[in-house]
Amino acid sequence: MEWLFLISGLFLGWSLGANDGANIFGTAVGTRMVRFQTAALVGTIFVILGAVISGAGTTETLGQLGAVNALAGSFTVALMAGFTVTVMTGMKLPVSTSQAVVGAIIGWNLFTGSPTDYTALAEIVGTWIFSPILAGIFAIGLYFLTKRVLGNARIHMLKIDAWTRTGLIVVGAFGAYSLGANNIANVMGMFVFASPFESVTFGSIFEFSGTRQLFLIGSAAIGVGIYTYSYKVMTTVGNDIFKLTPILALIVVLAKSLVLFIFASQGIKNMLLTLGLPPLPLVPVSSSQAIIGAIIGVALVKGRTGINFRLIGRIASGWLTTPVIAALFCFVALFFVQNVFEQEVVKREPAAISANAEIVPEAESLPQLTATHTWTVHDPCIGDPLAGETAYPSLTGMVMHKVLSRAESNSSQTDEASSAVNGVSEGIFVTVRN
Amino acid sequence: MAQLFRKYKQIEVDIDEYLDHIIEGGLLFKMGIKFYSEGRMEEFEERLKELRSLEKKADSLRRNVETKLYLRTLIPEFRGDVLGLLEHSDAVLNKITDTLLEFSVELPETLEDLNDLHNDLAHNAISASENMVKAIRAYFRDLSAVRDNIKQVRFLREETNRIAEKYKRDVFRRDLRLSHKIHLRFFAHNIEHIADDAEDVCDRLAIAAIKRHI
Repeated sequence: MEWLFLISGLFLGWSLGANDGANIFGTAVGTRMVRFQTAALVGTIFVILGAVISGAGTTETLGQLGAVNALAGSFTVALMAGFTVTVMTGMKLPVSTSQAVVGAIIGWNLFTGSPTDYTALAEIVGTWIFSPILAGIFAIGLYFLTKRVLGNARIHMLKIDAWTRTGLIVVGAFGAYSLGANNIANVMGMFVFASPFESVTFGSIFEFSGTRQLFLIGSAAIGVGIYTYSYKVMTTVGNDIFKLTPILALIVVLAKSLVLFIFASQGIKNMLLTLGLPPLPLVPVSSSQAIIGAIIGVALVKGRTGINFRLIGRIASGWLTTPVIAALFCFVALFFVQNVFEQEVVKREPAAISANAEIVPEAESLPQLTATHTWTVHDPCIGDPLAGETAYPSLTGMVMHKVLSRAESNSSQTDEASSAVNGVSEGIFVTVRN
Repeated sequence: MAQLFRKYKQIEVDIDEYLDHIIEGGLLFKMGIKFYSEGRMEEFEERLKELRSLEKKADSLRRNVETKLYLRTLIPEFRGDVLGLLEHSDAVLNKITDTLLEFSVELPETLEDLNDLHNDLAHNAISASENMVKAIRAYFRDLSAVRDNIKQVRFLREETNRIAEKYKRDVFRRDLRLSHKIHLRFFAHNIEHIADDAEDVCDRLAIAAIKRHI
């Protein structure tokens, strides 16, 4: 039964693979520079690698926005995000899966009365605006670089063709990796807090967490989308704004992939922090909007007149309309799922403390999970500091749930906490991030 | 990967060899015209024979390149342009060969005092075709040089037309049989056409080069 709930996420994954796979390899396959079979194979492998290796960062940000903690809730959120995308596409309105997912999560927050982390929301919305601009800037830089190299190097046209083919596959692989890393949160992010999977350890060395198992299944669904439907999208959609040559496609896909990568890379974030620079948030961005930004960038430097500003306006309006519509759909659907189908869409007890909670262990570092420790919790959403003690083993791979109570500091709440873990508690769950 | 680049290299070599044949054909034509006007018929026929065999080789190379480009779906966005260029430049070599062949078949009575003008005409027409080849090579390797070569072809075509006109005016003002005058005009006209065809190729090339700018 638990597996059935994942279907809506897998549908989202399939749809993402069909559409965004076309974004990555559309021109390459359309111009027959790369065979579809090659593109689909490379795309699928690298989407899976990207999701499993680097998918955690963006998922964490979505989790901050709203930790959907019941499978039926996750199912509804993913289903309504997918439904929004389908309806808006049917109405020929520009739509992004990322924005639909964020809207649906906010819809879940509103329905369940869970607090929305406005800092995370601001980060996400800011990235939607920033990512196409950044992709445009990258595309302009790459365009001038390519022009300079090709202008001076006097390379034979056939050799350029061979390099372009190789480049399209390499950049496509990078694009697929970035897509997996950045957008897996859209597909499986809402299932992380209600994951039906247990961690699996291979030979006591390699632990394959429940979250990674979710990512593997989600990215496999993206791969199925690439294989089964992206060819249709490649041959019917593409070149909406203007016809791309294979070299321009290489530039545009690379620019887009760089944007998706930097908004998914923990490594770049850490590097910026080390250099004392403001870190870029790890946020699922819209692959389509990034690619449109890159295309507009290239069109501007090529001196193309007649850029369709109405189209750009419509795309920008999608930033507002998509989340609002998705939130609305999700709110209504959750009402039906909870009251008509009598499914649990949120785990109300124990109550969740928001992600903004600052958890200050009295010990210097985070304690061992099996030990008993004293904690103080400051949560702006609750007000007075809470204090509690006792830690329990991790419930999921990435997120630890610890049981606390409003009791006086240093008082023992072990029994109450044990009950809470077993699902009978009056205690409070606090989400502690690693 | 290495195999892919090897395949490309082979086609690159084939295209260069094909263009070399056009240059070589032009040189044989110039020599043939010179020997004909000097009455050295044996050497003329030898050059003609060489030219005809060269033309066949060029045809075969062109077809080979075209087939490979299509079978391996290479340079998909420029393939049409490249095939057009190869076929039209082949038409120039055909024109060179046919014109020299007509000398051999029809044995026109050239005028000794106009031999220099006649040779000049052939020289300019072939120079136009040579610059056409340079422009094509530049199209493959160095787009910035295409324009310069096209300019030279256009200049040489105009120059060829001027020489041909002068030659024809001169012929038709002489006291010769009309059939003789018309015969000589026919040959001047054919030589002039070599430069015209070379210019047509360059007109296509100019557009193709614009398309190649990224």
